[in-house]
Amino acid sequence: MTVRILYFASLREALGTSGETLDLPPGVATTGALRDHIAARGEPWLQLARAKNLRCAVNQAMVGFDAAVKAGDEVAFFPPVTGG
Amino acid sequence: MSVSVQEADFDVGAEIAALTAGNVDAGAVASFVGLVRGGTIEAMTLEHYPAMTGKALDDIVAEARQRWELLGVRVIHRVGRLLPGDRIVLVAVASTHRQAAFEACEFIMDYLKTRAPFWKREETAAGGRWVDARDSDDEALRRWAE
Repeated sequence: MTVRILYFASLREALGTSGETLDLPPGVATTGALRDHIAARGEPWLQLARAKNLRCAVNQAMVGFDAAVKAGDEVAFFPPVTGG
Repeated sequence: MSVSVQEADFDVGAEIAALTAGNVDAGAVASFVGLVRGGTIEAMTLEHYPAMTGKALDDIVAEARQRWELLGVRVIHRVGRLLPGDRIVLVAVASTHRQAAFEACEFIMDYLKTRAPFWKREETAAGGRWVDARDSDDEALRRWAE
């Protein structure tokens, strides 16, 4: 079972991709754990661990890094928003 | 339709007229229009998270309607490449009296600035750069906490 992961704005540029589909690794059950799992790949993914004020959303709702992630979810990582 | 995310420009006068058309109870409309500031900026590109933006804006409008008695709300946010002087965003709020309209308009903008998934990238003669979020936007949001 997989999760769809999306990256936006400066993070998308730094990673060189707008998203990926990932098999949810055993033991990864929160947005924070998922972020750490991806960052552990090394550069450029370490950007996820380094990014100041990284934000995330699960199924299009902004959440914290303790939010639950399960198979089939859409998880987005992005910098603080700057619209308006 | 109270919320739109679009590339096209909008007509502020027509939007405000439509907001109160046929509603003679409306005694006030407050509106805010955000523009691309010029200066060193040659253009600005707005990226967004299409699956989330409409929902985030709907949630903000719903929250405002819970806090104030509102007769109509219209939010339009543009995406894509814009030039100095171009309109970026419209928030227009109709109510029976001015206080609710003024406050709800500010509330919606403050929430939009920190909760709606849009990102600005500026183009200058020196190259492109992503706009940093401002701490003052978070502070603006905090005043609505009760």
